[in-house]
Amino acid sequence: MDLTALLLSRVQFAFTISFHIIFPSFTIGLAAWLTLLEALRLATGRTVYRVVFEFWLKIFGIAFGLGVVSGIVMGFQFGTNWSVFAGKVGPIQGVLLSYETFTAFFLEASFFGILLFGRPRVPPWFYLFSTAMVALGTTFSAFWIMINNSWMQVPVGYATANGQFAPDDWAAIIFSPVVWVRFPHMLLASYLTGASCVAGTGAWYLLRREYHAEARIMLRMGLFLAAVLVPVQLFFGHLVGDYVHDKQPAKFAAIEGRWHDEQPASEVLIALPDAAAETNHYAISVPILGSLIGSTSLTSKEIGLTDFPVQDRPPVAIPFFAFRIMVGCGFLMLFLAWYGSYLSVRERIGEKRWMLWAIFLGFPLPWIAILTGWFTAEVGRQPWIIYGVLRTAEAVTPSLTAREAIISLLVACTVYSFIFAFGIYYIHQLLRAGPAGRLIEPPVDAVPNRPMSVVHHQTATTVSAGD
Amino acid sequence: MITFWVAVLAISVLLYVLLDGFDLGVGMLSGIAGDEEQRSLMLSAVSPVWDGNETWLVVTAVVLWGAFPPVYAALLSAFYLPLLLMLAGLVLRGVAFEYRHRAVGSRWIWDTAFAGGSLVAAFIQGMMVGALVEGLPIADRQYAGGEFGWLSPFALLCGVGLCLGYALLGACWLVKKCEGDLRDEAYRLIPRLAISLLAFLVVVFVYALAAHLQVMDRWLERPYLLVFPLVGVASITGLAHGVIRRRDGVPFRMIALTFAAAFGTLAISFWPYMIPFSITIQDAAAPHSSLAFMFWGEGLFVFPLMLIYAAVNYSVFRGKIRSSEEHY
Repeated sequence: MDLTALLLSRVQFAFTISFHIIFPSFTIGLAAWLTLLEALRLATGRTVYRVVFEFWLKIFGIAFGLGVVSGIVMGFQFGTNWSVFAGKVGPIQGVLLSYETFTAFFLEASFFGILLFGRPRVPPWFYLFSTAMVALGTTFSAFWIMINNSWMQVPVGYATANGQFAPDDWAAIIFSPVVWVRFPHMLLASYLTGASCVAGTGAWYLLRREYHAEARIMLRMGLFLAAVLVPVQLFFGHLVGDYVHDKQPAKFAAIEGRWHDEQPASEVLIALPDAAAETNHYAISVPILGSLIGSTSLTSKEIGLTDFPVQDRPPVAIPFFAFRIMVGCGFLMLFLAWYGSYLSVRERIGEKRWMLWAIFLGFPLPWIAILTGWFTAEVGRQPWIIYGVLRTAEAVTPSLTAREAIISLLVACTVYSFIFAFGIYYIHQLLRAGPAGRLIEPPVDAVPNRPMSVVHHQTATTVSAGD
Repeated sequence: MITFWVAVLAISVLLYVLLDGFDLGVGMLSGIAGDEEQRSLMLSAVSPVWDGNETWLVVTAVVLWGAFPPVYAALLSAFYLPLLLMLAGLVLRGVAFEYRHRAVGSRWIWDTAFAGGSLVAAFIQGMMVGALVEGLPIADRQYAGGEFGWLSPFALLCGVGLCLGYALLGACWLVKKCEGDLRDEAYRLIPRLAISLLAFLVVVFVYALAAHLQVMDRWLERPYLLVFPLVGVASITGLAHGVIRRRDGVPFRMIALTFAAAFGTLAISFWPYMIPFSITIQDAAAPHSSLAFMFWGEGLFVFPLMLIYAAVNYSVFRGKIRSSEEHY
């Protein structure tokens, strides 16, 4: 095994998966929001909901396409770079991933086509149903992926035979309690991503004094949704913390920056962890709070990293800081959502331009939180690829050389930047063009499973009727 | 259960080769197209279906991982660099589909990406099949051949062969979908491509005999294998007939049959191995609990639906494309 190849493979996986998660997290949230919009339009009959729906549907199309393209590479990477892992866990993780692919295909094939091109051809209730099915499909996709990753965090329901992990209890794998706190956590994060982008776009249009009617709906709906969802998300975040505390104590200690056992434990708010000296510099801590957070107790003993042999400890700095950034984003979102909603209800948000700027510039907060949250989960799981069972260093392809790994990393970076740049360019064009007041009928020759093809026909001719 | 998943895998691979084969072929031919109008028409002939075609590649990959994990692990790690190039080619080619007609001054970039990406993907797929036929060094279920263990004259030859084959599929598809000059052009290409392909097959056969490839023993052990080459010969005759009579629908069906025969030949020569001569189907199959779990959901319900969907999609876009539809 080549240590450089191992490191490069990890970098490559981190890069490609981080790039990929940007798109699904957005489309899962957006699909759910589109369903809500369509339901509102049916209930109230207001055209403005339809205009906003059509506008976001186009953006959904591009993001969905980029998610699919970047996802294809993921399906191969397990085998190319992590062949030992792939051979051992295929009976469980390959099966789960195949379900994810089949589900995603099923969604793309049947209902997404109706969403893009079927409006004139199906009754309104069926169109709403199709929207809901697309949302359900993206949710299912996330579901299978979260089962997959949760199994890597806390493996259950398996036996080892012939050097492979064989499933002996699918119910235990799918209904693992870990899945059912992490899946909602991811789902809520996606909803917040959608809400934040919608509210941010609304704020942007208000700042530019454009599309007032549509912008108002985007801003209000985005803020209200976030105002409700952020507290729920913080609660689920706490539940995820509980499972980490109970099942992955080394990860928990790394997140907390706790080097030695403490009773009662203090909570390190911020510090500079020093792995070599096994201590923190410049720490600001609150006594007893660590026990309160870890075990809801004033007296509990909390475990420190030095309880684990050095070779079983995760790196500390990344989980420690990533976790704090995630939580920071959470509280910032809470402030923006609550104060923004309050101003919206009082009809005063138009006067507070700094708040509109904050909401507009704050649109990437959920993405930052998602990425840092995943960094915490994945780096915190190290040195294991399957927690406590298979080490990352033992999972890498034995024949992989550093030269191959550096070539593939460079190619992946180049190709991804290339398609990303174009995707962003088209989304930006759509956003600038704004919601079309005149509803454009879909081109007759557009193709259901090519979401990006709509863009060409619709960016050129957009007319504002919102003002 | 194992048989079911072998069948699903075989169907997915064959569908991928036939379907993405013709659109990769059209992609390669677009590189030698006479002018912009012809290139646009060529794109229109495949644009409604190409990404549906590529779905089968992904389906193949995930079914392979779930149902036959050691094969997925060994093959993907063995073909590390080729797969990387193939994926890059497929991605660039896919992006070119979407962006080429937005660009004016830089259109040549997308045209190059489209033709070049198709060529690279086709060549590498052929090369991988060639390397597989020759035999990959596998030790303890893991690939053990080094960075370029797959590289050999035979593999390169097979890469060229598959490019010819896909181009032939592409030309037959153009005949089926197009009219006028482009159709006539494609008709002119078919005999040349077909003869080149036959010449290639002869060279491969001689090479395989000369190099004493282990696969050749299969032909002595299993004389019934000769059925496949016979089907191949019959379909090539049908192809010639269709071309001479200018029956637009016939060539594609015939060449598809030829490909199916070639696929059958390979599959039966490998049997019962998945990676000849180191990993068999039985060795590779995931435990029953995995296969059964896959069967009762995606196997029994989703897979048939996917086949039906693909069929419906093709019937929606059946018939000739007209040159009045400038671009799709």
